[in-house]
Amino acid sequence: MAHFDENAKPFSNKWLDERIGLNTLMRVLNTEYWIPKDINFLWAMGMVLAATFGILLVSGIFLLMYYKPDVATAFDSVNYTIMSEVGYGWLWRHIHGVGASIVFLIIYIHMFTGIYYGSYKKGRELIWLSGMGLFVAFSAEAFSGYMLPWGQMSYWAGMVITELFAGGSLEAVGLVEWIRGDYVPGDAYLTRFFMLHVLLIPLVIIGLIVLHFGTLRLPHVNNQEGADIDYEESAALWKAGNRKESKVIPFSPVFLSKDLFVMGVYFILFFYLVFYHFNFAMDPVNFDPADGLSTPAHIYPEWYFLWSYEILRPFSKDIGLIAFAFAQVVFFLLPFLDRSPNVAPAHKRGLFQIWFWVLLVDMIILTAMGKLPPTDPTFAFVGLVSAVLFLLMWPILIVITMFEKKIEKGA
Amino acid sequence: MQEEEKGRRDFMGMALGACAAVGGVGALYAAKRSWDPLPSVAAAGFTEIDVSGAQPNVLNVEKWRGKPIFVLKKSADMKPDDRDVIIGKDRFLIVVGLCTHLGCIPAYQGNEHKFKCACHGGEFDASGHQIFGPPPGPLVIPPFKIDGTKLVLGEEGPEFKKMKDAGLIA
Amino acid sequence: MRELKVLAVVVFFSLLTYYLVEPYAHHEMHKKVDAEGNEIKIESRGFAYDGSGDIEQAERKGDTALVAKKKTFWADVKKISALKGNMTAGEAGFAMCMGCHMDGAANMGGVVPPSLEHAGTLYEKNYLIALVKDPAMASNVDHKYADTMMHPMGSVSSMFTDDQSIADVVAYLMAKKAGEVTPKEAFAEACTRCHAMRYANITQLGDTPKFKHEKDALAHKIKVLEEQDAVKAYMGKLPPDLSMIIRARGEHFMETFIENPQTQLPGTSMPRVGLSHEGYEKVKEYLTEIGDPSKKHREALGPWVLFYFFIFTVLAFLWKKAMWKGLH
Repeated sequence: MAHFDENAKPFSNKWLDERIGLNTLMRVLNTEYWIPKDINFLWAMGMVLAATFGILLVSGIFLLMYYKPDVATAFDSVNYTIMSEVGYGWLWRHIHGVGASIVFLIIYIHMFTGIYYGSYKKGRELIWLSGMGLFVAFSAEAFSGYMLPWGQMSYWAGMVITELFAGGSLEAVGLVEWIRGDYVPGDAYLTRFFMLHVLLIPLVIIGLIVLHFGTLRLPHVNNQEGADIDYEESAALWKAGNRKESKVIPFSPVFLSKDLFVMGVYFILFFYLVFYHFNFAMDPVNFDPADGLSTPAHIYPEWYFLWSYEILRPFSKDIGLIAFAFAQVVFFLLPFLDRSPNVAPAHKRGLFQIWFWVLLVDMIILTAMGKLPPTDPTFAFVGLVSAVLFLLMWPILIVITMFEKKIEKGA
Repeated sequence: MQEEEKGRRDFMGMALGACAAVGGVGALYAAKRSWDPLPSVAAAGFTEIDVSGAQPNVLNVEKWRGKPIFVLKKSADMKPDDRDVIIGKDRFLIVVGLCTHLGCIPAYQGNEHKFKCACHGGEFDASGHQIFGPPPGPLVIPPFKIDGTKLVLGEEGPEFKKMKDAGLIA
Repeated sequence: MRELKVLAVVVFFSLLTYYLVEPYAHHEMHKKVDAEGNEIKIESRGFAYDGSGDIEQAERKGDTALVAKKKTFWADVKKISALKGNMTAGEAGFAMCMGCHMDGAANMGGVVPPSLEHAGTLYEKNYLIALVKDPAMASNVDHKYADTMMHPMGSVSSMFTDDQSIADVVAYLMAKKAGEVTPKEAFAEACTRCHAMRYANITQLGDTPKFKHEKDALAHKIKVLEEQDAVKAYMGKLPPDLSMIIRARGEHFMETFIENPQTQLPGTSMPRVGLSHEGYEKVKEYLTEIGDPSKKHREALGPWVLFYFFIFTVLAFLWKKAMWKGLH
């Protein structure tokens, strides 16, 4: 048995250290978890995401206490009980609605930061894969949550998205009905998506967040130049008090102080949206109760699903579904499709830089076209071209990275 | 110099921590308010009972704020009590029908003019006083207001206030 | 400053995406175009009713007979509007209105005739003149009554046969049936004959009373359902419950739709209600009170929360500066 100091006061530092290794924990996770100094505010997006998830969790808990997962009462439990009866119920709902939308903006910024700086490369593949797992889990969480207010958009989004599982010409109607538990989205459907939203998917998300943090610890966070840092040497310099010469800073409190500042700026934007500009996240059409006999004039997914929705739309049914399925998984493959060994920001990687900006702009165009009425021939054409371009981007990536010139480090 | 810098760092850290704590308190206040009874629940806290049709020595049970309310019109052979609610010429026992021991509902035995609690054997007389067993006090009188032959439960009328001041309600 | 450059790039692409999927996409989705593909701008006319919108609409249809008919009608309205009404004669005329527009009136030809208690405040003068002259034309739903169907208020034309009698009764309404009106009264008089509002316990039969016995509650519910069937038969479908309409539709939509429903939903059976500016404000106030009751609270709390996070950010910035001092 280990040695326990007889004189240590209960719950004192020493007492805790002997029992749960407090000092080691603090060292490994905080004071000696080294972060490169050469970073910008984009490196704070991880903690911004963690904070947003926390906000979603807390606001969700308060909504959960008054929400009723029943097709007869769901709409009124949200729009009457929560919005007008519960003290600050409207605040929880607005925070939850805006948070669910804005979290995807931060996720996309976080993802494109990773792509730009090559943070998915050798040694960091698992960071990328667990991050993509989180993206998928958040998407499922967002979709299942969107069902719950049981308004017109909830119902029709549920109808259309579950219909995808019929697999086009496969006509797997049985599978669609199995997912719905009914011929159309109904009571069984609402209750099971409620379960997914408040229990199963949040559990998966929490597990993936732990994994995502875990995958970061050994390869360390990337830096603005993709430099290979000798962490032991730099850490020794820091500990010796050479703050200037060391290339690293400890996670807590130095890195955290910057994170908190970025979070502050973010929260100003966030709460501005919550109080004054919430319609983009809480579609007015969803304030009409679900009606299975009348489709709204325009149905469209939330903005963060639009790009992949647009990849589905311009093609015939079967090809569309295959393209859509491809778009869902292709980002997972990024570490393996990028054949270049260079860990460097895109602006030092020649053609890759062009590839990056084309991909970003193409996805923004896809996003816009996904919402614009496809009945307009111009929009339909632009949508088709950008969808085809998106699909071609991936073989192109393999080719351009294969011929990418190796960058000599330290040069 | 070094010391000065460290002091400044600590001070700013503490200022930020204090600021975050203020925000936390604000969020806790909103959280507390979210658990308050809803306005519709609070509004339903008032119940009107019409006692004009009551028969002597027949117990009526009404529901108020989810609890049973005993309404018993006293017959001539029952002893008058300070806790009786007088409506017109009649005396009524108006109490929350929950035993003051552990909250079971006592049953009324009309022939004995007694309330008997099945849980632990507590007994009350027709004026709601405990006469046997573990109950520590008499049956509780709910806030009421007399309005003609009607009784509004949940509102404190002058008769109720008088009883409250005299320490008779429980 | 490299960091600010990065920020500028992030902000630029975020705003671009926002612009494309919100203002731009919604504009493209909801825009109306005429036969030549030119966009029709739908603008509020400030709750003044001179028929110009109705005439433009008829012109777009290319129906010259209809254009002429509308022009003549609204020119007549303008002429009557200029006449000086006689209050005494108007009061006598109003007695005829009360034959239908009385308290506790029953459904007549599809709807319960609305109370006229605050008609002078709620409705605009020109609209009232037009309504007495020809209800279908005034409400811009004449297309509904083209064949054999009769407007439920059609008989009014036999009561007020000359221009002066119309001017008289409208003068009476504007003077005697005006006065302070609460938001709820405004909603009840202008909307509830067709629209329910379940979050306020209002049906097409008005306020729902509290029932002690379930039997009475169900009996009342059956009466409501019967009334709804009558409205449905008359309107083609049951007009929507308005509990949440203030959140479900934008400000611009509400304003232009209430002024002239045909602009936003061509062919709709909803008649123009003819609300005055004041009447609209009152109705809107009630819709907000029921559909968005937290609005006031939200607007009061917003600045404080933003102020708090501003202070938080400033402190966080100062802490960060102190922590990062001497790092570079």
